[in-house]
Amino acid sequence: MKLGATAGRVGVIPGARGALRQNVYPIVNVLAAVVMVFSITMLVPLVLALARRDDGMPGFVTSAAVCFFGGLGLWLATYRFRREMRIRDGIMLVVLAWTVVPAAGALPLMLDGRGMSFTDAFFEAASALTTTGSTAISGLDELAPSINIWRHLMHWIGGMGIIVLTVAVLPLLGVGGMQLFKAETPGPMKDSKLTPRIASTAKALWLVYVGFTIACVVGLKLAGMDWFDAFCHAFSVMALGGMSTHDASVGYFDSVPIELVLIAFHVVAAMNFATHFLAVRGRSLRVYARDPEAKAIVAVLVISCLVASLYLFAVGTYPDPWTALRFASFNVVTIATTCGFSSTDFGQWPIFVPMWMLLLSCLVCAAGSTGGGIKMIRTLVLVRQSGREILRLLHPSAVLPVRIGGQVIRNEIAFAVLAFTFLYFMSVVAATFALLLTGLDFVTAFTGVVASINNAGPGLGLVGPASNYGLLDDLQTWILSFVMILGRLEIFTVLVLFTPAFWRK
Amino acid sequence: MKIIILGAGQVGRTAAYHLAREEANDVTVVDVDDEVLRDLQDRLDIRTVRGNGASPRTLEQAGAAGADMLVALTNSDEVNMVACQVAWTLFRTPTRIARIRSPDFTSRTDLFISPQDGTTAAGGGFAVDMYVSPEQLVTTYIRRLIRYPGALQIVDFAGGRVRLVGVRAVQGGLLVGQQLRNIRKHLPDIDTRVIAIYRAGRSLRPEGDTVIESGDEVFFLAATKDIRLVMSEMRKREEPVRRVVIAGGGNIGLRLAQELEEDNQVKIIERDPARAARISEQVSSAIVLNGDAADEELLVEENIDSVDAFVALTNSEEANILSAMLAKRLGCPKVMALISKPAYAELMETGAIDVAISPQTVTIGSLLAYVRRGQVEQVHSLRRGAAEAMEAVAPSRPGGAVVGRRVEEIPLPEGASIGAIVRGEDVIMAHHDTVVEPNDHVILFLTDRRHVAAVGRLFQA
Repeated sequence: MKLGATAGRVGVIPGARGALRQNVYPIVNVLAAVVMVFSITMLVPLVLALARRDDGMPGFVTSAAVCFFGGLGLWLATYRFRREMRIRDGIMLVVLAWTVVPAAGALPLMLDGRGMSFTDAFFEAASALTTTGSTAISGLDELAPSINIWRHLMHWIGGMGIIVLTVAVLPLLGVGGMQLFKAETPGPMKDSKLTPRIASTAKALWLVYVGFTIACVVGLKLAGMDWFDAFCHAFSVMALGGMSTHDASVGYFDSVPIELVLIAFHVVAAMNFATHFLAVRGRSLRVYARDPEAKAIVAVLVISCLVASLYLFAVGTYPDPWTALRFASFNVVTIATTCGFSSTDFGQWPIFVPMWMLLLSCLVCAAGSTGGGIKMIRTLVLVRQSGREILRLLHPSAVLPVRIGGQVIRNEIAFAVLAFTFLYFMSVVAATFALLLTGLDFVTAFTGVVASINNAGPGLGLVGPASNYGLLDDLQTWILSFVMILGRLEIFTVLVLFTPAFWRK
Repeated sequence: MKIIILGAGQVGRTAAYHLAREEANDVTVVDVDDEVLRDLQDRLDIRTVRGNGASPRTLEQAGAAGADMLVALTNSDEVNMVACQVAWTLFRTPTRIARIRSPDFTSRTDLFISPQDGTTAAGGGFAVDMYVSPEQLVTTYIRRLIRYPGALQIVDFAGGRVRLVGVRAVQGGLLVGQQLRNIRKHLPDIDTRVIAIYRAGRSLRPEGDTVIESGDEVFFLAATKDIRLVMSEMRKREEPVRRVVIAGGGNIGLRLAQELEEDNQVKIIERDPARAARISEQVSSAIVLNGDAADEELLVEENIDSVDAFVALTNSEEANILSAMLAKRLGCPKVMALISKPAYAELMETGAIDVAISPQTVTIGSLLAYVRRGQVEQVHSLRRGAAEAMEAVAPSRPGGAVVGRRVEEIPLPEGASIGAIVRGEDVIMAHHDTVVEPNDHVILFLTDRRHVAAVGRLFQA
């Protein structure tokens, strides 16, 4: 067996420089490749800016050049230190990528002449890439089209993942790619690959993603949007991001067909893309019926929409039941799937419905989807695990496996889910306290944190659907930026960097 | 090529490692053990599926319907055979290879008449295209090493007409301390070619003026009948082995004893009394000893110092290493040990043990050869993977990059060289102006195994 031969051959080079060479340069090398791939995506808004001669142009020229040549330089400089990524490198790299890439994405936003601060631009870019969709910009309708498409493009790239994109495009990561893949893809069980090669798995996921996005663009165009809005909103909905080209979000269009098309693609994007891939490959819809997550998502959404519209009708928010159903459905679906458009100011609704929507945003999206939160599969595991404990009270000696969709969930996974959920809620509590400390009111702080950690977007209070995050001060903005990245990388990946064990030799 | 490997044991893992390294292969490994699979997936760029390899559902999950090849390497003959049959009957997987160790099965060739050959006389047998028996391969390999004392590795090419032999040069060999070109003066009638020299673990490019030093590992090609003579250039002619002690009466140990006992005095040391009793019934003249192979007193009692070769073949490689080292210290002139871990083998071959036998390298060579079938007949790893020797068949039609060209004109990848050409019964050592003819078997040597596929393409018509 020659497995792990590369690892064995690396000698120990003593001293700080040796440590740099061994541990830092290889990561920098891959990171530089990631930044280069990312800089190439800037060409899209750049072309648009050149065509329309809008304010974004100088910013995109500078940023694309800086990112590409900076990345190239670093890549060449560290080329000879390349090696297979190990587990530790993978975690480090993913977290670094999710810090450096938003900073790179923020550059064009600062350079378009509106004088956006780095704090706000980073928040905006991080919000776009993590598919949160919170915005710190008001006056979206007047924003240069190239800047707008850039925000949505970042959504779209971040939805499937920067690293997944890099793995798909550059086959240079080898086996180490799997470590990175695992660190970036959401969900508790990531050992099963769709295809034997990691690069082709990444490619397959992106192909499905691109396919659905094109379908969505066409659907939105047919429903009445112009091409520009159709592209932007398709990027936004497929990534479950929630940014819009209008301050009034989807409410601007005031169109039932558009809302219906969007609802459909919300549900598509909230499901596991692996399931979509299997459905496409097998040319059969039966895969969905076999996916316990897909079934649960549809069930929860349908019931929630009906209950919310009945309630809004009953308390008199909307005079007729059909209007209630229309507004309730769209807003419940968009928040629950962590997308975060709005078609009306649901902050004005009786508090039961918006809070219910925020709760749903914690658990509706499937593992392997573009959405955020705890994920449906974990919710199912928690439910079954609780059921098992209750059953055990009645039958103390029963052997009770946790079973989901006929598949037995190993105890280790159940424990990991419990730990994840605990950390998730502790993160919400800690971040809420941090915001309270800065003087924010409770509703804004709590809902802002929940909306950010779920990558949903609008909260309530000061950060409700009718306003934006531009009102927050710098410290509050940074806290929420951190919370968004924490949520996107599913907490463990980030928190492990803060443990002494990670840094110990 | 889409390949499914059943069984993630030693052989399965090694096969997965070698196959997944080639860009063109998509490898899926199936095993019942989740832990092993997860570990494997962390190291290799492959897909893994948990389940019984013979079950249709598992095979379907692993993608048998679209696979080009099924390699069944679980430790159960029955599972492997059934898996091949299921893959053929339900999924029409074109190529199926099974590991079958029991001679009880392999001696009945009718059992494996594949239905797709069209020779479905009596409904056909198991749909197995090729079977490998690691135990048999390792046994044959060891027997050859015993036949040529002093050899580290012996590989057959062109149906045994040419052999590649690795040998450690020792003071007393006629050529040791001399330039390589003198071999012509010593052996004017024999055509041979030194293709690689390893000195202190590093590879040297053999030139006419290279001086062979004591301790070098020299790999040469020669016609089978000339091997002994060439070997005597590298080390003093050794007496043929007469007395052999085998430590470990497992599958390989027993087979080896059975094959050697006619011409040699064989003793087998087996620790388990029940097993010892059983194998004693299956050998005729060999003596079965019940005891521990690492027991000094037992070895001394059995006159280890007058034994010609000691072969440690137990399941535990640590025990093999220890007992072989002990035998060496007690005066046995030649000790061999079955060692799976390449790191251990590397450590041991520097002197403590004469020959480290790596079962994977032996098995994988013939397995990979079949997988890469087509123009490539065989691929063998030398020095446990540091280099590669391969046999390729020139296309039958002229034209292309190989046929009708002189050796120097063939655009070989970097680090590849042509060692010999077998034309019919003739063995020709290649020179820069030798012209390759159609259907020649060309024996090449590669320092970088990643070029194996490139060479294969070169030989395609």
